[in-house]
Amino acid sequence: MQYDLQPLLLTFQLALIVTIILFVIGLPLAYWIAFSRNRFKYVVETLVSMPLVLPPTVIGFYLLIAFSPQHFLGHFLESYFGVRIVFSFTGLVIGSVLFSLPFMVNPIKAGLQNFPYELMEVSYVLGKSSWETLRRVILPNIRPALLTGLVMAFAHTIGEFGVVLMIGGNIPGTTRLASIAIYDEVEALNYDTAGLYALILVLISFFILLVFYYLNRKTVKLF
Amino acid sequence: MIRLNFKKEMHTPQGREWLDIDFNISKGGFVTLFGESGAGKTTFLRILAGLTQPQEGHIEVDGEIWFDSHKGINLPIQQRKTGFIFQENNLFPHMTVRENLEYACGDQKERNSIDEWIRTMGLKGLEGQKPDKISGGQKQRVALIRALISRPKILLLDEPLSDLDINARLNLQDEIIKVYQKTGITTILVSHDLSEVFKLSKRVFVIDRGKIIKSGTLEEVFLNNNLSGKFKFTGEIIEIQKDGILNILTLSIGNNLTKVVASDEEMSGLTIGSKVIVAAKAFNPIILKA
Repeated sequence: MQYDLQPLLLTFQLALIVTIILFVIGLPLAYWIAFSRNRFKYVVETLVSMPLVLPPTVIGFYLLIAFSPQHFLGHFLESYFGVRIVFSFTGLVIGSVLFSLPFMVNPIKAGLQNFPYELMEVSYVLGKSSWETLRRVILPNIRPALLTGLVMAFAHTIGEFGVVLMIGGNIPGTTRLASIAIYDEVEALNYDTAGLYALILVLISFFILLVFYYLNRKTVKLF
Repeated sequence: MIRLNFKKEMHTPQGREWLDIDFNISKGGFVTLFGESGAGKTTFLRILAGLTQPQEGHIEVDGEIWFDSHKGINLPIQQRKTGFIFQENNLFPHMTVRENLEYACGDQKERNSIDEWIRTMGLKGLEGQKPDKISGGQKQRVALIRALISRPKILLLDEPLSDLDINARLNLQDEIIKVYQKTGITTILVSHDLSEVFKLSKRVFVIDRGKIIKSGTLEEVFLNNNLSGKFKFTGEIIEIQKDGILNILTLSIGNNLTKVVASDEEMSGLTIGSKVIVAAKAFNPIILKA
């Protein structure tokens, strides 16, 4: 049996990078959706949740078209910055960030909306800015929601297939993720190798979720 | 001096009402805003603290303009320096008593005063406890210290005692009087409990459906119709006993229980729990030292 750990390492590398990026953009986005009175927030909220209902191939397809050098965005990036997004690791990151966005944003949004608003007002009256209130009052009290967002975004990125196949293809060492490698090995009738990759993914996912549910045992389950 | 003159639309269960305020409070005073729930009391305090914005008006505290709709001034909540105590949910649940107090401190001097506050407010030994481990009365005391520790210009109390049992309430009333005397801070209390108003404040504004309908000293507002020597109390029926042709009612009036006699005619429509007015026509009552 021939096997290569590269797809697995690449998968976890991608999941880690995507989770970090999602946390950085997901927290302010969730905060804005939870507390803004802007009437366009429902449009943003809907867009964030679109990956939950669309087939992954649809998002992958649009990204592939948008970033292909024949179209405006892809052409612009390539001719001015020399960057090619399609069939690259960067492309995987962009696709995965969009596709896992609701898994980060929705739990944090729910945590913020359930947080007693009076406590924020108490903090403002005590002279603290919104940033200090977020950091010292809100975040410590919504830890379970943050943990849920982080774990779900990470786990969901590991489990991706459609989006990454569309935009990344199957280039060993660059875009060949574990989920794609399994598909590839099955097509080549290498059932043993496919089985090994599959088993490793099952075990790792199981332990990530087990630790998560154990840490969150005292709080409300969001999923 | 606090000058207040503003209008704010409110959505109440009775429909739309305008909160229409125009009065002044002298520096260092202790006044009460008395009224039923939905009258606009809480909205009034929120507007003062900057948590809610009025449609129009002018708010000035010690010469500093906090809000002026014509000049486009709206001082942020953080810069108003008010102490605000809500009915409940005042303390941060993830912080201990001491951490809650430290959160409010602006400088080292204020941090150094924490121990003395804890001692004088009878909270010694509880510094390391989280809010869910202390009683409702203790929580409100911590909230009171936290509101005062950075020396605000006004203390706003939004029915801070309404969730407490009677003993804790009486205790905290004493504490409020104590800190008011100690700090001399301008205090505005919102309440619908008459005994509390009498115990705590000297001036009262009665608010009904957004408008101040009466104001003045306690005597002027609540007692001026009673100079004829007639008594009038409101109470609640606790027990009804039948004794021959008479009924003996046990009433709870304020914090006291009392028994009165009622005829069958007076009894019609009354059951345990009914609110009643007890009036006496005595012209010249006996007064004894309590």
